Amino acid sequence: MKKILTSALLVAMAVSSWAQTPEEKGLEIAIEGDKRSEGYGDSKVKLKMVLIDKKGRQSSRDMRVKGLEGKGGEGDKSLMIFDTPKDQKGVAMLTFTHKVKSDDQWLFLPALKRVKKISSRNKSGPFVGSEFAFEDISSQEVEKYTYKYLRDETVNGMDCFVVENIPTDKYSGYTKQVVWIDKAEYRAVKIEYYDRKKSLLKTLVSQDYKQYLGKYWRPSLMVMTNHQTGKSTRLVYEDYAFNVGLKEKAFTKNSLKRAR
Amino acid sequence: MSEKLTGFLVRHPWLVIFMTLIIVAVSGYGAKNISLNADYRAFFSHDNPHLQAFEDLQDQYNKVDNILIAIVPDDGQVFTPRILTLIENMSEESWLVPYSRRVDSMTNFQYTFSEEDDLIVAPLFEDAASLNPEEIEHKKAIALKDPVLAGNLIAFDGKAAGINLTINLPGIEQAKEVPEVVGYVRTMVAKYEKANPDVSFYLTGVTMTNAAFPEASKADMSTLYPVMILVILVLLFFSLKGMWGTLATFTVVIFSSAIAMGLFGWPGAAITPNVLSAPIMIMTLAIADCIHILMSYYQGIGRGLHKQKAMIESIRINFQPVLLTSVTTAIGFLTLNFSDSPPFHDLGNIVCIGVLAAFVLAVFFLPAIMMLLPSKKVSSAFSENTKMQKLSDFVIRFRTRLLVGMSGLIIVLLALVPLNDLNDNTIEYFDWSIKFRSDTEAIAEHLTGVMSVNYSLSAGGEMNVADPEYLNTVDAFAEFIRSQPEVRHVSSFSDVMKRLNKNMNADDEAYYRVPDNRELASQYMLLYELSLPYGLDITNQVNTDKSATRVVVQMDKITSNEVIALDHRAVQWLKDNAPDYMLTEGASTTMMFSHITARNISSMIGGVVAALFLISFIILIALKSVRLGLISLVPNLVPAGMGFGLWAIFDGQVGLSLSVVMGVTLGIVVDDTIHFLSKYNRAKRELNLSSQEAVEYAFKTVGVALSSTTLVLCAGFMVLTLSPFSMNAEMGLMSAITIGLALVVDFFFLPPLLLWLDKDKTNVQ
Repeated sequence: MKKILTSALLVAMAVSSWAQTPEEKGLEIAIEGDKRSEGYGDSKVKLKMVLIDKKGRQSSRDMRVKGLEGKGGEGDKSLMIFDTPKDQKGVAMLTFTHKVKSDDQWLFLPALKRVKKISSRNKSGPFVGSEFAFEDISSQEVEKYTYKYLRDETVNGMDCFVVENIPTDKYSGYTKQVVWIDKAEYRAVKIEYYDRKKSLLKTLVSQDYKQYLGKYWRPSLMVMTNHQTGKSTRLVYEDYAFNVGLKEKAFTKNSLKRAR
Repeated sequence: MSEKLTGFLVRHPWLVIFMTLIIVAVSGYGAKNISLNADYRAFFSHDNPHLQAFEDLQDQYNKVDNILIAIVPDDGQVFTPRILTLIENMSEESWLVPYSRRVDSMTNFQYTFSEEDDLIVAPLFEDAASLNPEEIEHKKAIALKDPVLAGNLIAFDGKAAGINLTINLPGIEQAKEVPEVVGYVRTMVAKYEKANPDVSFYLTGVTMTNAAFPEASKADMSTLYPVMILVILVLLFFSLKGMWGTLATFTVVIFSSAIAMGLFGWPGAAITPNVLSAPIMIMTLAIADCIHILMSYYQGIGRGLHKQKAMIESIRINFQPVLLTSVTTAIGFLTLNFSDSPPFHDLGNIVCIGVLAAFVLAVFFLPAIMMLLPSKKVSSAFSENTKMQKLSDFVIRFRTRLLVGMSGLIIVLLALVPLNDLNDNTIEYFDWSIKFRSDTEAIAEHLTGVMSVNYSLSAGGEMNVADPEYLNTVDAFAEFIRSQPEVRHVSSFSDVMKRLNKNMNADDEAYYRVPDNRELASQYMLLYELSLPYGLDITNQVNTDKSATRVVVQMDKITSNEVIALDHRAVQWLKDNAPDYMLTEGASTTMMFSHITARNISSMIGGVVAALFLISFIILIALKSVRLGLISLVPNLVPAGMGFGLWAIFDGQVGLSLSVVMGVTLGIVVDDTIHFLSKYNRAKRELNLSSQEAVEYAFKTVGVALSSTTLVLCAGFMVLTLSPFSMNAEMGLMSAITIGLALVVDFFFLPPLLLWLDKDKTNVQ
C-alpha cells in the first residue's frame, strides 16, 4: 500500500510538481516522515508518565515499552509493561496496530492472572488517566488520516511544514489535528488536537529529539497540555535502544503473562 | 445653606441647568460599562470558606457546571425505539455544545458485562431503532436497576429520562459564554421539540441558574422600571397637585439614578439582578427630598411670596433636615458593605451615591428649574392639618392604653422573630414566570433531585482509592446517605467497583461487592479506564493521583436548614465510621447558598451596630439632648424587629436579601424619628411648650409630611415586589413593611413614650 502510494505520488510529482494540491503535499510530507522512520526493526524504551493537575499536584508512573516494526502490510506491534504504581506492577498491554481497521489490544492483569481483551473503541479515551489518548501515542500509520498542507512556519527556530490531519476512524476523539513537522528531519515537533466541537482541546510539544542508529529521531520529552481542563501530562523517555533482537513471539497474547 | 447661594441659583437657572446636564451626561455615560452578571459565584466573597471548598473540589475533579435536559414523553413511555433514538441522537449532538466536556445519558451509559471471559464496555443503547422489544425490555430492566442511572438519568418509574452536559467555561467572559451555551442548547432542544410535539423538554443545572440571573435582570428592567415611572408620576401628581412640579421632580429622580448608576459603572462592572433594585430605591428616596422642598415652596407661593423668595425660604427651612436625612440614609446603605455577599456592597454604594446626588440636585438643580416653570396658585391643601389635629388628640387621650398596647404588640412581634428560618435556594430566587423555575420544578417532579452536595473522600494517599477498606467505607457512606429521606440519588465510585468485580467474575451476583484485594481492585480500575471511550472517563469521580473519590448526592428541593442538617448527619457518620483522613464537609452551590444568609447576618451585625451608633450620635448632636438621643433608639430599632416578627407569621423564610433589610431601612426609618423629635424638641426649647403641647406641635408641623413621604416610600419599595427575582421582591416588601411600621411607631408609640419618659422635667417647667 505504502509503495503504491509512494510511486503514485512520485509520478504525480514528476508530471506536475508545480500543480500540487495542498492535499497532495500533505500526503507527501506524511509519507516522507513515515519513510524516514522505516526499518528500525525493534526498540525498547523506559517511560515515565507524570500527571499534573490544574493546581500543579503531580503523580507519576513508570513503564517500559517494547516495539516491533510491522512487516509487509501489517502495522507495528507494541508491548507496554507497567512497573509502578505498586498495585499495577506487572500489568502488561499488547497492541497490534492496524492500518485501516481498529487496533487490537489485550491487557494482562497479574492479580487476576488472566489476559483480557480491551474494547476496540477505547483509543480515544484518556490513557491511564493522563491527558494522552491511546491514539496519541500509538504508532502513527499513514492511512489513519487524510492530509492537507496548510503553510510553512518556524517553531523554535526550526523551519516547519504545517499540516492538517483528519482522522479516518469514526471512534477517534478528534475532528482534526494540526501538526508542525520540521523540514530538515520530518519530526512532529508540535501537534494541536481539536475536539468534536472543533475547538482546541490539547497541544502536544515534543522536544529534546535525539538521533539513534544515526537515523531514527525520538523525543526525550513529550508534554501534552489540555487547554480545557488546565491539566497536563509529561512523558519522559529514557534509555532508548534499537535493534535489540526482539522476536515476534514476544508479542503474542500468550507471551503477555511472561512479559517482564 | 446660605441664602445668597440659593439666590444665585434662582437668578441664573439656565447656567445651573446647563452645568447639571453636563454632570449628568458625563457621569451617566459610565452606565454603558455595566454588564449583567451570569455567575452565581458573584454572590460570594473570595474568602468565603464554602466557595473555596467547592473550588478546591472542582480543581480536583472535573468542573461540575452542568445543564440537565429532561425528556418527558406525554404517555410516559421512554423505552420505545423512537424516544430511545431521540435520546441517543440528542446525546450525540450534545457533544457539539460549546464548552461541553462530557455528556451522560442512559443511552451512552457505559454498561459493562462479561462475555467469554472478556470485559465488554459498551453504550447501553446503541442504534436503538434496530432493537427488538425483548432487547429493549432487557436493557430497560438494567437501566431501572443500575445505581448510576436510576433516579438520575432515568426516573425510578421509567417515565422520564435525562441528558447531563458537563460544561467547562473558560471563564474569560462569563457574561457572554453562558448565553452562548444556553442559546445553543435551547436551539437544539427546540428542534427536537418541534419534531416531537408529544414530548416535553425541561432544562436545569448550574449553567441554567447562571443564565437565569441576567434573564431575571432583563425581566426586572422591562417590568419594574416602567411601573416605577408610572408610580412616581402618579404619586407626584397627587402630592404636588400640579404638572410642573411633577415634571421637575421627575427630572431630579431620573438624574439621581443616572448619576449613581453611571458613576458606579465608570470603572466597568457586572451586576447581579438584586443591584437593579438600586435605581428604584434611589428614585423613591429622591422623591421625598423634592416633596419637602416643593411643599414649602408652594406654601410660600400660597402666602403670596414671589417665586424666587418662596424658593429661597423653602431651601432655608429644609436644607438642614434634608441634609440630615440624606446623610443618615446614606450611612444606612453604606452598612451593606459589611455584607459577606459582594452584590450588596454594590447595591449599598450605588444607593449611597444616588441619595447624595439626589440631595445635591434637590437643593441646587430643583430651585433653578422651578424658576423656569410656571408657578400656579396653590390650594389650601398644603396647610391643611385638621386630620393631624384629630390624630394627635387621639394619641394624647389614649396615651396610656397606646403605650401598654403598643408595648405588648412590639414584645409579641419581637418574640416571634426567632421563628423565622434562614433559607436560600437558588431555585426559589426566581418566580414561576422565569422558565428556569418552572423547568426545574418539573424536573424535580418527574426525574431527579435538583439540589446536590459533593463529598470528596480522601483515601489517605496516592493510588489508595483501590484499597478495599477505603472502598467499603465509601460504599457504606453512600448507602447511609442513600437511606436519608431527602435524598433522591447518590453516585459513588464504589458502585463502579462493585459492578466491575461482578463482571470480572462471570457476572456472578455474589461478587457484587468491593474486590477484597487491593491489587485486584487497582487492576480492574486500570482495565476499566482503558476501556472507556472519549469523554466518559472516571476523572469526574476519581482525582488525578487517585487519592480521593467524589460522592455526589442529589436531593429533593429542601430548605437550607434541611441541607445543613443532612450535611451534619453525613459528617457525623464519617466521624463515627471512617478514618480521620476521610473526614470532609459537603461542598456545592447548594451548600454555599445554604450557609450564605447565616454568614451574612453575622457580618452585617457589626455594620448595623456601627451605623446605629453613628446615627444616634448624629441625632444626639442635632437635637442637643442625650435623653432624646437614647429615646430615639426605640423607634429606630423597633420597626425592623416588628417587621421580622410579622414576617415569621406570614412567610417565615429569611433569605440573603432580607438579611440586609435592617441596613437598607435603618437610615430611612431614622428620618421620621428625626423630623418628629426635632419639632418636638424645638417646641419645648424654643417655644417653651409642655411635653403634651410639644407632641401636638410635632404632629401639626410634620404629620402630613411624614405620612406622605411614608406613602411614597412604601409605594416605591412595593414596586420591587413585582420583580420575578425573589431577592428584590422580598427586600421591597420587607422594607415597605418596616417603613410603614416606623410611621406607626412614630405616631402611636413614640409620643406616649415621650409623654411618659419626658414627663417630670416638663411639668416642673
